[in-house]
Amino acid sequence: MKKQYARILVGLGILGIGGAIVAAMLFMGTHNIAVLNPKGEIAEQQRHLMLITTLLMLIVVVPVFMLTFWVVWRYRAGNKKATYSPEWDRSRIAEMIWWLVPLVIIGVLAGITWVSSHRLDPYRPLTSEKSPVTIKVIALQWKWLFIYPEQNVASVNFVQLPKDRPVNFEITADAPMNSFWIPQLGGQVYAMAGMSTKLHLMGNEIGNYKGSSANLSGEGFADMKFTARVGTEADFSEWVKEVKRSPAMLNAATYSALAQPGKEALPTYYATTDPSLYDSVIMKYMMPKGTMPAMHHEQE
Amino acid sequence: MNVTSKTTLGFWIYLMTDCILFSVLFATYAVLHHNTFGGPSGQDLFELPFVLKETLLLLTSSFTCGLALIFARQNRQELALGWLGVTFLLGATFLALELHEFSTLVAEGNSWRRSGFLTAFFTLVGTHGLHIAIGLTWAGVLALQVKSRGFTEGVLRRLTLFSMFWHFLDVIWIFIFTVVYLMGVAG
Amino acid sequence: MLGKLTFDAFPHDLVILGGVATMALGIASIIGVLTYFKKWRWLWREWLTSLDPKRIGVMYIIVATVMLLRGVGDAVLIRAQQVLTASDHGILSSDHFQQIFSAHGTIMIFFVAMGVIFGLMNLLVPLMIGARDVAFPFLNATSFWLFVAGAVLVNLSLAIGEFSATGWLAYPPLSGIQFSPGVGVDYWIWALQIAGAGSLLSGINFLVTILKMRAPGMTMMRMPLFVWSCLGSLVLIVFAFPILTATLGMLSLDRLIGAHFFTSDFGGNPMMYVNLIWAWGHPEVYILILPAFGVFSEVVATFSSKRLFGYTSMVWAIAAITFLSFVVWLHHFFTMGAGANVNAFFGVMTMIIAVPTGVKVFNWLFTMYRGRVRLTTPILWFLGFVVTFTIGGMAGVMMAVPAIDFQVHNSLFLVAHFHTMIIGGVLFGAFAAFSYWFPKFTGFVLHETLGKLSFFAWLIGFLLAFGPLYILGMMGATRRLDHYDPSLGWQWLFMVAGFGVLWILLGIGLQILQLVVSIWQRKKYVDATGDPWGGRTLEWATSSPPPFYNFAIIPHVGERDAFWAMKQHKKQSSTPKYEPIYLPKNTPLGLYIAACALVFGFAVIWHIWWLAFVGFIGIVVLLIVRVGDDDTEYEVSVATIRKIEEARGR
Repeated sequence: MKKQYARILVGLGILGIGGAIVAAMLFMGTHNIAVLNPKGEIAEQQRHLMLITTLLMLIVVVPVFMLTFWVVWRYRAGNKKATYSPEWDRSRIAEMIWWLVPLVIIGVLAGITWVSSHRLDPYRPLTSEKSPVTIKVIALQWKWLFIYPEQNVASVNFVQLPKDRPVNFEITADAPMNSFWIPQLGGQVYAMAGMSTKLHLMGNEIGNYKGSSANLSGEGFADMKFTARVGTEADFSEWVKEVKRSPAMLNAATYSALAQPGKEALPTYYATTDPSLYDSVIMKYMMPKGTMPAMHHEQE
Repeated sequence: MNVTSKTTLGFWIYLMTDCILFSVLFATYAVLHHNTFGGPSGQDLFELPFVLKETLLLLTSSFTCGLALIFARQNRQELALGWLGVTFLLGATFLALELHEFSTLVAEGNSWRRSGFLTAFFTLVGTHGLHIAIGLTWAGVLALQVKSRGFTEGVLRRLTLFSMFWHFLDVIWIFIFTVVYLMGVAG
Repeated sequence: MLGKLTFDAFPHDLVILGGVATMALGIASIIGVLTYFKKWRWLWREWLTSLDPKRIGVMYIIVATVMLLRGVGDAVLIRAQQVLTASDHGILSSDHFQQIFSAHGTIMIFFVAMGVIFGLMNLLVPLMIGARDVAFPFLNATSFWLFVAGAVLVNLSLAIGEFSATGWLAYPPLSGIQFSPGVGVDYWIWALQIAGAGSLLSGINFLVTILKMRAPGMTMMRMPLFVWSCLGSLVLIVFAFPILTATLGMLSLDRLIGAHFFTSDFGGNPMMYVNLIWAWGHPEVYILILPAFGVFSEVVATFSSKRLFGYTSMVWAIAAITFLSFVVWLHHFFTMGAGANVNAFFGVMTMIIAVPTGVKVFNWLFTMYRGRVRLTTPILWFLGFVVTFTIGGMAGVMMAVPAIDFQVHNSLFLVAHFHTMIIGGVLFGAFAAFSYWFPKFTGFVLHETLGKLSFFAWLIGFLLAFGPLYILGMMGATRRLDHYDPSLGWQWLFMVAGFGVLWILLGIGLQILQLVVSIWQRKKYVDATGDPWGGRTLEWATSSPPPFYNFAIIPHVGERDAFWAMKQHKKQSSTPKYEPIYLPKNTPLGLYIAACALVFGFAVIWHIWWLAFVGFIGIVVLLIVRVGDDDTEYEVSVATIRKIEEARGR
């Protein structure tokens, strides 16, 4: 008797907790869950992928759960009515089903993986009639420096993006390994010293989106937060004008000061930038004559 | 289920793990060997005649080690110990030459601190040298054991393991000679 | 004289002092109890110098348990910090927090999980294959003490110096000498080098044991599945651990002598480290999970009173998992920019592992199908595993799609995934093993109700502690954050997780209570037959606990489930013909070698070069002493054997 109740309790307990968690998610609404609430086309495709893969896997997982509870219930020791075949230990049909069906599902997933890995490759430029904005990113200790080479401005921990225009990020670090991530716009890419990685994103809705570093880079790692604001073209031009009104300039000297480890209050906008700064930050880790083929992280 | 069969299998497995360790060092060397950071490359530094001397010493020592084993199994103590001694001397000379090569490089300012290439070079070749040194120590201890108790089953077993180890180091050296020195000089 | 070691190395922070005081108190109590009951000689003779794998196995489990408590303590601090930081900056500085999660991960993987794995192998493999010992008993003991030396180093870092603050895998450049100039990373390196050497040697040892020492008639396809799963794990150990040794060695050269393996400049390549460490790291997690699968195979068959379903298929699944675990390592860094082709290849390889894993689950279910399932504590742990591992596995397959991984890599979603796998898989398997085999090695069963209650507490606690983390990850919460903006609305989820940890603590408390109560009432729960569950494999053929020589007469095996077969064909043997048994003598040399390794490691960390030299020479000398010793066995006479066997009533 007791064992029956125990099993029911187990089932109910698990269902209860699981249900509570799902309910919590639904209650909060996905608007709070960045990855499920994309504001850019890359993040949107990534969310779509999550949904598809989950559904595909549920094809196997749901029957497994149902089978588990049914088997334990029906073949519990106390139930003498159930068939008992203590020597039966093989079935060719069963083996074929549970080797092949998952293999087929994984095969489908593999196809999805192949296609999506190419389509959502961070190095792949986005297709658009509009011309892209190039932003060079340098991860420092413990802040993010954004350089706009075409507009000749720079900012710290803030990046303004024009809506519906592709953004080409080129990313490096003058610090330990970091990872550049704006969840509502798309997935992350590592920021590494001596290398330049790329990330292509687009913001499709006006708003302020949170960005951070996703790789431990030292004591102030938790402070590596920045804001990505997506606005209209007019907003973008206005912002550039505002930055140009800043008294600060980004050159080798001010960059050195900025690159010092620390989180003190710093000017967040630089009215002009040294055009060779990004490349020189990478080059100082590579040897002067440049014979390191693997260092520049270009797409093959 | 006898001791020798277990021990031999265990030692083979150990040698395989050592092989994997060296593979990691070779892989690292492969990745780093172009990273000279403005400093000298293999072409600038390696002298093939010198390395050939080292190679001949080591290859010969493998041969003499084989001889020592043959005489050991025939229970001919003096011959076995004699050839074991020659093996030791050849190995020690190899090590001395290698230490000379290293100290010259360091004195010139081309130590492991100079670049990723030199780091990988010193570590790969140096780890091999460290194994040689351990082998020499082992040979010494074994010689003492042979002298004090003769060719018991245990002593013979350990001599066999030592020779497996020594031949293994020879094989690794062939790879080093090829991948590091020959290919390094070729550019 | 003392290298970098100065008085500053000792703790001056209240929280750390608290930790050190707790450790000191624990050690003092143990010393006190041993002295009061005058048990030092007994401890030395029966345990510390023993080469009996049953003793060594118990010691592994004890050390692993102690380290589990330390690791859970770290977890409690992490949870507390992440709840409190939203209100008032929390209780820990950033640096301290980073040391805590680094210690937490390092301890749990290397000293809890690996300790449990080797503990179970020591206890069970010789018995299950009908052997009396492992292939190299002295090496076995040395391996254990090297494991202890590593554990001691980790704990020593709390009292003298600091621990690594660079995560459980210490990626450079952060872990290089420029960004981590203190001794923390060095403690990490040497604890793992020393313990890792022990693991590698054990790997070789048990591999030879399984291949060469099975009882006559026990072909590979007649071995218990637990032994097969250990075999897979051992193959992985033997191939993967040398990679760890080499990589840790290279990092230590960077830090010690200015080498440039993984520096950002001078031609180093930090990405190389990431590749190498995960080339070890991925097989490592399969090293941990395979024996847990093996445990479940034994538990499910026994408590279903039915043969394990699909034995051959299960063996192939183990082989597939073993092989595949070597070709997936890049999925740990899809975001490092290897390109779509490379990412896709590794992603596909990763998902394929789900197939043999799923096959195993189905075979377990079909073992229960048409069996007579007894809902004992071990079966409950198995059911908990099925639920949790499946959920975590789904998350895993999701992350195997590189494009999805870009959004969840290094977030709390990832943290939830791997905790689900390790707790739901390895830990639940360990707990199932503990309940199942406890009577075999102690002679009495555990209190069943307390066991069941602890399971429920653990299950509820686990779901509450890690469910929210899946959500938090998708909300953009990365791992390893010591503070976050309160306006993000994350705090309440961290509070739910914290509540879950309280349930887990309750579960642990109930397990401790179960142990205490069972020991207290052991006369009532005695296992007189040696086979309390209706077991199927050879360890149940011995008394509980087994005699120190395991089997008076090595059994002859004719089929799978050897003991079950023996019970069915109840052949009454006439007076058994005993022969003298030769077993290895006790020796303290393994302990001494590990002590020298500990001295060496400590000295290198603090740059006390003369001491490092002493430690190193010590190891060499002790090895020579041991190799020179020809008198390492003793004889167990026929008379002694007969006396023990007849006392059993067999």
